[in-house]
Amino acid sequence: MDLMQISFFIFAVITLVAAFLVVTAKSLVHSALWLIVALFGVGVLYVFLDAGFFAVAQVLIYIGAIAILIIFAVMLTRKDLRDAGSQHNTIWPFAALAAVFLFVGLFFVLSSWASFTTAKPGLLAGANALSDLGQALVSPNAYLLPFELASILLVAAMIGAIYVSLIKK
Amino acid sequence: MEFLRDPITFIGNWLEGLLLGWNIAPAAATVIVTLLGAFILGTFSLALVVFTIWMERKLYARIQDRLGPNRVGPWGILQTFPDMVKIFTKEYITPDGADKAVYNLAPILTVSAVILLWAVIPFAPTIVGSEINVGILYIVAVGALGTLGIIMAGWSSNNKYALLGAFRTVSQMVSYEVPMVLALLVPVLLGRTMGVNSLVEAQSVWFIVLSPLAAFLFFLSAQAEIGRAPFDLLEAESELVAGYQTEYSGLKFGMFYVGEFLHAFTVSALMATLFLGGWRGPWAEQWPMLGVAYFFVKTFIVYFFVIVLRITMPRLRIDQMLNFNWKLLTPIALVLLIGTALVEKTLQSFGLDSLGLRTIINLGMNLLIIWGTIEILRRSAHTERQQVTEPRPVAMAPNTPASD
Amino acid sequence: MLNDWLFIGLFFLIVAIFPGVPILLAGLLAPKRGSPAKTQVYECGMETVGDTWVQFKVQYYIFALTFLVFDVELVFLFPWAVAFDKLPLVGVISGIIFILVLFGELLAAWRKGVLEWV
Repeated sequence: MDLMQISFFIFAVITLVAAFLVVTAKSLVHSALWLIVALFGVGVLYVFLDAGFFAVAQVLIYIGAIAILIIFAVMLTRKDLRDAGSQHNTIWPFAALAAVFLFVGLFFVLSSWASFTTAKPGLLAGANALSDLGQALVSPNAYLLPFELASILLVAAMIGAIYVSLIKK
Repeated sequence: MEFLRDPITFIGNWLEGLLLGWNIAPAAATVIVTLLGAFILGTFSLALVVFTIWMERKLYARIQDRLGPNRVGPWGILQTFPDMVKIFTKEYITPDGADKAVYNLAPILTVSAVILLWAVIPFAPTIVGSEINVGILYIVAVGALGTLGIIMAGWSSNNKYALLGAFRTVSQMVSYEVPMVLALLVPVLLGRTMGVNSLVEAQSVWFIVLSPLAAFLFFLSAQAEIGRAPFDLLEAESELVAGYQTEYSGLKFGMFYVGEFLHAFTVSALMATLFLGGWRGPWAEQWPMLGVAYFFVKTFIVYFFVIVLRITMPRLRIDQMLNFNWKLLTPIALVLLIGTALVEKTLQSFGLDSLGLRTIINLGMNLLIIWGTIEILRRSAHTERQQVTEPRPVAMAPNTPASD
Repeated sequence: MLNDWLFIGLFFLIVAIFPGVPILLAGLLAPKRGSPAKTQVYECGMETVGDTWVQFKVQYYIFALTFLVFDVELVFLFPWAVAFDKLPLVGVISGIIFILVLFGELLAAWRKGVLEWV
């Protein structure tokens, strides 16, 4: 096991544990903070995949904007910020069983997929990933339409914000 | 001679050779040398704060026509050390009901987010922490981590006013990130790369000449990002006590304080790197140490302007601040970006790509946008003034009936 | 390339420890004379009344949401800016349309009075 595999293992475990704690943490704000750890772990996994841009974009958007939005929403809508109490309801053993079955099923399906165990070819030397991404985003044969539609989607989000603020008035 | 030209790379290579000679695996040798480099960089940036705090206090004092610290050491240079000792020995008072883990983590996160910025700043062509090709986005992302620390501080203090202060601080910082990142997009567009060292190498003409408006926008938004005057409503002593730092004492408060000063200096370093050409200067490529000197000279010049701006401008109210951001800075930044894109592409497709022509036309476009903005502002101020000075209909008493 | 990220990863580790060690040290050095009055939450010298909650002011959320929208837009624009040299004119124009759409919605939000700090 070389250094990269060990590091990947450590960060994968961190991400999974943090994701588990998101669901089971007693205080809502603690859940939000564990979510931040889980998202950061995913960002680190992107670095292992040689996708530095996505790692940084993940931290920037998820932790820098979405997590702050979630924390704002949690703090602004809760009267008692330190609410505790059991996070389980009575049928949680069945839910856990269903989750385990799902995981085992996924594992079997994926491991019998042929290209699960073949290593993907590395990036061609001299491929400038960022520049290619930029070109692909705006070329009509590639992702131009989703690119422009993304801007329309963002407009829809803003309209949601306008609507929320109009309701308050 | 090689040592004099570039001591840091020389020592790094020598150390790695030494470790390999001791039969340590190459991967482990790299890790150890990298770890040492990271350690030195972190220590160095914290040591810089000692000097910059003194410089700020002296300058602050002189502009206010007083002396500033002058007892401890020549010209008071050693003043920061007694202050550090004092803050070390203050008691930690944790408020009732505070969430201990988050409360203690918040100052660490805020200070870490500032020190992390130093990883991508190039001191010289070969002396740079890490040359990742997404350096600019890394800078913005790490700044966003700092805002997280502030919310954590405000919430965990179990204090309404700290929470309120934290919300307002985060709203201000988050709002001003938009024009800052837009202003950062302009050098990326002009340099066609996102790596910071590559951007410095692309600045045969400094970007402040190619796009002064972007430099100005970045400077202003960065001042608001770090919470400095004239945008320092949230640390003003009469407003909401000390904002999100109310319940912190001792070294934890000292960490927030140090983080703030270091952030101001780091932002000056960023401005010098991205807009003033960083380590560029005569003979910098052959003598990297000269590059380091140029870099620091430029950073201190920008830091000087940061301090002067802080001392001489009055404070803005929060609604004035937010209006200034969303209604003035963001539209200007968007128009600037569109203008730069159009100019660059037009010049490129007509093959008029020489540096001189690019400089002149980009500069001209910037000045055009500045002139246009001032015109629009003047017109709207003129309209407002007219509305105010028009004779308003005075309420007149109804005509008294003739007969009484 | 991974070497650069290795530096960043190790730097993260070191920087997480850096402020922590002095804080721990100062915790050992500083006096500890706790008293109930000291640990009371600060409210300008008065007793705190009511739970610690903040009145719901939608403006905070609106500004964070607007920032999120512009943040996502900017992340899309960064690769576009890096690939600028190799883009045909249609690519540049589509990027500019992207920016203009968001400019338009900023103006719309302005007119609707969303960006006021009431």
